[in-house]
Amino acid sequence: MALNIDDFIKKIEDEFDELEPGKLKPESAFRQMFDWNSINALVLIAMVKTEYNVTINADDLTKSKTVKDIFKIIESRYHE
Amino acid sequence: MATFSVPGIKVSGLAACVPRKEVSNYDYRWVTAKEREQLVKTIGVEKRRHVEKGTTTSDMCQKAAQSLLEGLQWNTTEIELLIFVSQTRDYLIPQTSNILQHKLGLPTTAIALDISLGCSGYVYGLAVASAMMNSFGLSKALLLVGDISSLNSAYRDKSTYPLFGDAGTATALERLEDAPLMHFSLEGDGSGYKAIMIPDGGMRHIVSKKSFEYKKIAPGIYRTPLHIALDGIEVFNFSLREVVPNIKKLLAFSGQDLATVDYIIFHQANRLINETLRKMLKIPKEKIPYSLYKFGNTSSASIPLTIVSELRNQVQQNDLLLLLSAFGIGLSWATATVEFHKVFCPELIEL
Repeated sequence: MALNIDDFIKKIEDEFDELEPGKLKPESAFRQMFDWNSINALVLIAMVKTEYNVTINADDLTKSKTVKDIFKIIESRYHE
Repeated sequence: MATFSVPGIKVSGLAACVPRKEVSNYDYRWVTAKEREQLVKTIGVEKRRHVEKGTTTSDMCQKAAQSLLEGLQWNTTEIELLIFVSQTRDYLIPQTSNILQHKLGLPTTAIALDISLGCSGYVYGLAVASAMMNSFGLSKALLLVGDISSLNSAYRDKSTYPLFGDAGTATALERLEDAPLMHFSLEGDGSGYKAIMIPDGGMRHIVSKKSFEYKKIAPGIYRTPLHIALDGIEVFNFSLREVVPNIKKLLAFSGQDLATVDYIIFHQANRLINETLRKMLKIPKEKIPYSLYKFGNTSSASIPLTIVSELRNQVQQNDLLLLLSAFGIGLSWATATVEFHKVFCPELIEL
């Protein structure tokens, strides 16, 4: 499966229904896009695990600012 | 190797008892209405049952056991083993199993013992009880499992109070020569012991005046060292790391196919964890029943309670292969595959 960031954005939109489709961009600072809290962090970590079988943790999210930052971490850990 | 099979033991009966008092997370005024919505949606607990102070786990287990003894028409003198699995026992000492032995009218020749386990308790309890029966040649046993976590949760702790519910259960086990094998895989990792704990009141931090002081742990989280402290992120990471490999290890050992399992019953941790596990295993929703929404996380009782509340007709009428997956406090986790063939299962009891 080839990883692509638009697909990742679509998966985020599916998971968080308060996000208006089309608003999230690779450069978006995800913490400002919606009500970011620790529960949402877990929901995102869970989605990355089930969709990509990649483990990201709270630290990875703390170090990331944009959607693209998170996507890069997933890419680096993704195995076919 | 903690992966093994036990022959010649069957589950004859299963009963569960919950307190009458129902508490709703939509009424949890410590958090905003919006937070309540998010809680119910992500944690997946809408309602749970709370005991009145003075009612204990053993009271509920006793009621459940009595309904089994009556329904199965077992004479109490026939019971040779009683195991009580709980982390909310009646007294610090003595152990509760002997009290239950006495209250239920079991003979003094019956073996009675407590096991202190929480989330993983039912599967460990089933393993120990069935293995003891098989090893010692015992014919009838009662496995009593439950917890009243509500009394250990601080109201102003939004990470624990809305999660836990109370329940007590009883499982009747019987020797049967050609019973299908029960398969078990038991594991643990004490490096994660702080993930779920009550810091004070044991011997490590003997209770003192300071034990009763509330501390602010984080926004919306105030508790004392005598309340349950839950590190949600740790538990979440652990669950996603260990549960699926353990299930796969058990099935590789037993030679069973996940596709032939009729239902998978998870410990009811929270909706986010459980749904993530379900998706990792690619199991359809119909195969994974939940009691979480109505009863909360009932700790050691959650697996048997889920069977009674969601699968009662199926276990009574059919021959089922169930996969039980329990994980949590300790850290401790276990998987079992057990056949439930026309098991006596009375309606949920309320106390």
